[in-house]
Amino acid sequence: MAETVLETSGLTMTFGGVTACDAVDFKLKARELRCLIGPNGAGKSTFFKCLTGLLKPTSGAVFMQGEETTNWHTHEISSLGVGIKTQVASVLDGVTVHENIWLAARRFFSSSIAETKAKETIERLYLGDIAKSNVGQLAHGERQRVELGIVAAGDPWLVLLDEPAAGMTSEDVDRMTEIIREMTTTAAVIIVEHDMQFIRSIATDVTVFHQGGILLEGNVEQVMSDETVRNVYLGKKA
Amino acid sequence: MREITLQRFTLSIIIAAALMLFLPVIMNTFVLTPLLIYGMLGMSLGLIWGFGGILCFGQAAFFGLGAYAYAISAINIGESTIPMLIAVMVPAIFAAVLGAMMFYGRLGDVYLGVITLVVTLIFFKFMNSTAGPDYVIGTARLGGFNGIPGFQTLNIPGLPDDYIYGDSLYYVTFVLLVVAYWLVNWLLQSPFGRVAVAIRENEQRVSLMGYDIRARKTILFAIGGAIAGLAGALFANWAEIVTPGLFSLSQTAEIIIWCIVGGLGTRLGPILGAAGLAYLKFLLGQQAFIDNTIIMGLILVLFVLFLPKGLIPAIESVWKLSVGKRRRCHPSRRRKGRAITNG
Repeated sequence: MAETVLETSGLTMTFGGVTACDAVDFKLKARELRCLIGPNGAGKSTFFKCLTGLLKPTSGAVFMQGEETTNWHTHEISSLGVGIKTQVASVLDGVTVHENIWLAARRFFSSSIAETKAKETIERLYLGDIAKSNVGQLAHGERQRVELGIVAAGDPWLVLLDEPAAGMTSEDVDRMTEIIREMTTTAAVIIVEHDMQFIRSIATDVTVFHQGGILLEGNVEQVMSDETVRNVYLGKKA
Repeated sequence: MREITLQRFTLSIIIAAALMLFLPVIMNTFVLTPLLIYGMLGMSLGLIWGFGGILCFGQAAFFGLGAYAYAISAINIGESTIPMLIAVMVPAIFAAVLGAMMFYGRLGDVYLGVITLVVTLIFFKFMNSTAGPDYVIGTARLGGFNGIPGFQTLNIPGLPDDYIYGDSLYYVTFVLLVVAYWLVNWLLQSPFGRVAVAIRENEQRVSLMGYDIRARKTILFAIGGAIAGLAGALFANWAEIVTPGLFSLSQTAEIIIWCIVGGLGTRLGPILGAAGLAYLKFLLGQQAFIDNTIIMGLILVLFVLFLPKGLIPAIESVWKLSVGKRRRCHPSRRRKGRAITNG
């Protein structure tokens, strides 16, 4: 049985009077692929930001590989070996694709090993043709892929992806799916996503968020056929 | 890659040496020395602003602090070697403390500008008000508006009676500028420098990569303070007096203009911008027909309107347009020695 690498207990985040995340208990095992879905405002992204340190939870705790990381800074969390991709592609526009990925690898390896890692990652993500271009000149799908490269370059054991397929062409999405599958051989992956097509193609376990809490967890087909989930997505009362 | 760097290094040393020997032929070294000093000061802001994205409105604070630290310690110690080191250390430490407060406090860019500007003005006000005999550090009187004259100027290390002044101060300053320039170059090519550029591009991404941006910005800020402090100490040696004017608003604003005109994000731009504009100011200062601040303002406006990237990037793009065609015929020469940033 694989060990639990990520756990939250009673994770709560309130903004003024709004409780975006309500006492979420969540567990993730090593090399597991899990999608977080739910309608707008369900608390997925807030939950995601609490995990990555971009938001400080109001109460509750986050554990990574048994260590409590609640209230840690983002850079401390990613230094543990956590790769994070934000909703809007966060990349370094003024420098080359290679530089972006090299810098990500350099955090965990010496300069020369980082060079090798960067080359490997560029090849793996089919970024060879644009490796010397500035990221600012690239198309949306390419930028998303560069950010995925940044995430992958540090050999993370936990990967957190916020809407990786947003606004991408189907060809790009297929490529993305393949890359994410490959990642799961070494890392646990959490994907926050709206696109059901994409989630089905990755075919995995799903956690459904609704009104700040976890509504249901289970296999994708099982969850999709669930009456309550359908109602939530169609806007009926759960 | 290393070979190219070595080539560029050797080439730049040769050019620098030639310039160093040639410039005194056409210009008085007494005029040249402060131009080099301003070049160094411009470079210090060019480093933290152009490559670290830290817009500091108070680079003059570190410049003045370096000058005062030199003057005060030179009066107390006598021999100039240790005062020179103190003049670099004091602004560096001050910048580190100020930087830590700002960066660990997660202040936004606007507040950073305001705070650094206000710190400079506090120094200006304070130094102006130190005229009485009560304001003494060791045996050095701070002297208020009149400043501190009559301190030991630069001497050959260990020989307090062999002064370095006039032509020799020019050569020493030139060599120090070249050394500082190459240290900055080396820094920018090191992983630290590359991460600094990354922070300029996108702070959030760099911290998502796992780098502590607060610590890195603080260190970079301190390095900028150290270089500005060295420039200040050299200026004190050239002028043989330090006054509160070093901390003035016009001084601190000029450094920013030098960087914009020379070319932000280039290594040579701020140096040339500083030396060029300072020389222009010197020339304009010799006539009474038109006020030189009007000309300075006009130059800044024209640059912002027509060459917003500054002089060096403009020259570079013209160069590329004219040489580009020839380059394309030699595929072996392409892509060589391209550093992360131009300049």
